[in-house]
Amino acid sequence: MSRTPLDTVEHAAATPDVELPWAELGLKKDEYERVVEILGRRPTGAELAMYSVMWSEHCSYKSSKVHLRQFGEKAPQSDALLVGIGENAGVVDVGQGYAVTFKVESHNHPSYVEPYQGAATGVGGIVRDIIAMGARPVAVVDPLRFGAADHPDTKRVLPGVVAGIGGYGNCLGLPNIGGEVVFDACYQGNPLVNAGAIGVMRHEDIHLAKASGAGNKVILYGARTGGDGIGGASILASETFDDAKPSKRPAVQVGDPFQEKLLIECTLEAFREKLVVGIQDLGAAGLSCATSELASNGSGGMRVTLDDVPLRDSTLSPEEILMSESQERMCAVVEPDKVDRFLEICEKWDVIATVIGEVTDGDRLEIFWHGEKIVDVDPRTVAHEGPTYERPYARPDWQDALQADDAAKLPRPETGEELKDQVLKLVGSPNQASKQWITSQYDHLVQGNTVLAQPEDSGMIRVDEETGLGVAIATDGNGRYAKLDPYTGAQLALAEAYRNVAATGAKPLAVSDCLNFGSPEDPAVMWQFAEAVRGLADACQQLGTPVTGGNVSLYNQTGEVAIHPTPVVAVLGVIDDVARRTPVAFQEEGQLIYLLGDTREEFGGSAWSQVIHDHLGGLPPRVDLERERLLAEILISASRDGMIDSAHDLSDGGLVQAVVESALLGGKGARLVVPDGLDAFTFLFSESAGRAIVAVPRSEEVRFTDMCGARGLPATRIGVVDGDAVEVQGEFTLPLAELRKAHEETIPALLA
Amino acid sequence: MTARIGVVTFPGTLDDRDAQRAIRVAGAEPVALWHKDKDLKQVDAVVLPGGFSYGDYLRAGAISRFSPVMETVIEQAKAGLPVLGICNGFQVLTEAHLLPGAMLGNDHLHFICRDQKLRVENAETAWTGDYRAGQEIHIPLKNMDGRYVADEYTLDKLEAEGRVVFRYLDFNPNGSLRDIAGITNEAGNVVGLMPHPEHAVEPLIGTGRTDGLPFFTSILKKLVNA
Repeated sequence: MSRTPLDTVEHAAATPDVELPWAELGLKKDEYERVVEILGRRPTGAELAMYSVMWSEHCSYKSSKVHLRQFGEKAPQSDALLVGIGENAGVVDVGQGYAVTFKVESHNHPSYVEPYQGAATGVGGIVRDIIAMGARPVAVVDPLRFGAADHPDTKRVLPGVVAGIGGYGNCLGLPNIGGEVVFDACYQGNPLVNAGAIGVMRHEDIHLAKASGAGNKVILYGARTGGDGIGGASILASETFDDAKPSKRPAVQVGDPFQEKLLIECTLEAFREKLVVGIQDLGAAGLSCATSELASNGSGGMRVTLDDVPLRDSTLSPEEILMSESQERMCAVVEPDKVDRFLEICEKWDVIATVIGEVTDGDRLEIFWHGEKIVDVDPRTVAHEGPTYERPYARPDWQDALQADDAAKLPRPETGEELKDQVLKLVGSPNQASKQWITSQYDHLVQGNTVLAQPEDSGMIRVDEETGLGVAIATDGNGRYAKLDPYTGAQLALAEAYRNVAATGAKPLAVSDCLNFGSPEDPAVMWQFAEAVRGLADACQQLGTPVTGGNVSLYNQTGEVAIHPTPVVAVLGVIDDVARRTPVAFQEEGQLIYLLGDTREEFGGSAWSQVIHDHLGGLPPRVDLERERLLAEILISASRDGMIDSAHDLSDGGLVQAVVESALLGGKGARLVVPDGLDAFTFLFSESAGRAIVAVPRSEEVRFTDMCGARGLPATRIGVVDGDAVEVQGEFTLPLAELRKAHEETIPALLA
Repeated sequence: MTARIGVVTFPGTLDDRDAQRAIRVAGAEPVALWHKDKDLKQVDAVVLPGGFSYGDYLRAGAISRFSPVMETVIEQAKAGLPVLGICNGFQVLTEAHLLPGAMLGNDHLHFICRDQKLRVENAETAWTGDYRAGQEIHIPLKNMDGRYVADEYTLDKLEAEGRVVFRYLDFNPNGSLRDIAGITNEAGNVVGLMPHPEHAVEPLIGTGRTDGLPFFTSILKKLVNA
């Protein structure tokens, strides 16, 4: 087997005319020229590998960051924010000395190619982000979008994704407490697999990704590095080696949750003993990302000996080692006198750990292979100074026609019998049906602190057993609304998640987002993105909930057709005592059902327009953020003071969907009266925002309505918890058994 | 005085802290035991908690069964030490031959997590004294490999000797033969079951029921009164 000479820094300087495959690695011509300008010479193969992957859209946010800046510029003053955007995950103060870190990320493309491993490694990646902040992960959530429920490929993708999330998360011992499952044909070739995680720590335990202190050791620990997840690096490698080399492995990584569980325990033990100066997980771009980010965030430089990286495959080239995305690996910076103890802890947990380098007092990242220098760069130019694009954007020419196609003109049910039929169709439609077949494949109980889990409005986890302090999280996003108006759609996503957190009794504190869009090279998509970011940033400012971090996923499209713009928003909340949490289920017969907020004729993008008329047009519901804030305050006060026994946010499907869910979960029916000023159809199906239903014990009615009156929140008594049917007086009666059948049999029938 | 109850942590164990909490809620003292350590720290009873020890690789419980701590657990269980195996712990107990039979993958091939109705068939074991025979309880169940199987002879023998401790009611969640959810050894000191009693000890948490607490109060009473 013959080898071409190693492409060292010296060799690169001496051979300026060697052509490198920068285009195959995804770099544009001007980007490559910029690399040459930065280095003052052509890059080595290893350097090119690092720049190409770190300057990719996924790692550099080059198309999105000019817009994302608004999250910082418009960030509301918040005492709760301890660590903001830019770290592995944001950190929020939840009181009593506790801090919570949370984040949502996408793993969309891999999950379409290989649903099980794509989804599994999505969970693994987000969990490592949480550990890297110093926190113990306490829960995960999974907002998911799939193609049409009855499309044959959905039956391939969905069960694989669900099994992957369960297979990985269950094995890690993390309760899965929330998320969403939405079907729409626009996601047929581009399912969205977003994964969120929450971690808890004490304030003093917050860790950051930085390498400081010359002489400190860089330790790589966790799984061995293999050839999985290598994207373009194989092109470089195939130029360096001859044909005797083994063929390349697929680009989707394979997860080992058992290894990750050991990594969690071992990392947390090292944190407890204060052994770690800085830490970074290895995710996208693997060692390239970890070394350049650690070095550029710290005060010095870094020297790494790549030969010391434990390998699963001894034939890997240095470029491949730098780009491998093998899962379950982390990189820690440790003071020299603590290295032995760190390695001991790793050994206790049977985790392989190796010193691969050290922090230097220079400002260069230098990487060696067989004693020769193959990388010599300023790490900031790799990690933080990638290209930035002001992509052109323009409101699409079809937007006006879409908005003019008003859902208000769709034929409405006219008789009680028609209403009843449509209610059954709605609650049994794939998007509105029970997702229990899916969520029962997730362990939501492990760790023994789960207070609420799906299908509750938000997931809730107890943080402190003594005081009852807890945190809540909800994720929401409605691509149909965002398609009609991306600015409003993003605000509605935030408003819904905010409302869902408040409905369980928790105070919303902070936001993470996962922005799923089509190709940024399409001006129409870029306009949707820009509008959504602007809408979300404005709304976060008004609601006082800062964005602490998140993720952008672009290029979600098949050919020319992009997915609906889908900003998924996660809101984190805090509750002083989880004993005061409010569930969705009706608790006791005789309790009074109140509708909070205003109901207007708003059907654009509604579930009703989709289920009954397969229609998408008009405008989404109006947003009134001051109203959302007031509603949240009332829901939280009522929960704290014991004035309500159940609450449910009103969103897609409208009031009737919420009443049916509360009734089925509680096993108790409801008798409803259409309030004055509303027709039965609007009352049942409108999706006006800023609304919730609550069940009020009769003894609390006066106190509750006085509070709403004094604060100026419309509260309308619409019925009573009673019987074993949902009855709308003068219109129809639907027995719970019939509703349950419609609601619970749809998903298993389609997917089991 | 109270009792000291050990909880073993294998690599990949998940519900060890939950089991320790349940022991504490019942009023006993939990003691952490480590899989590499043969020393049981003079505990009065041992819980093998749930999880995916060694990632369930090879077969659930098959690798853990050979750990140093299990050498001592096996030896002392045969001498009468009360041992409770929950879920993965039950799988370890069958792999260790402290209990007969074996666990296969759920018949529907999915992980399942649900609030499961059970009937207590034997309230005489070290771990079930605070139940009544015939009592119906709800305990959360969550597993991938929960289908209890054994040959007909063993199943007949278990039933004849009253060693089926719990049976699934209304719905068999994994295809277990004869709806068996939990069994005991001849002496009644070793009990294994798939459902998770440690997840049903506090009214606010999980399913909101406390039907699992009697496991831990049963053993406490037995040890304190012994």
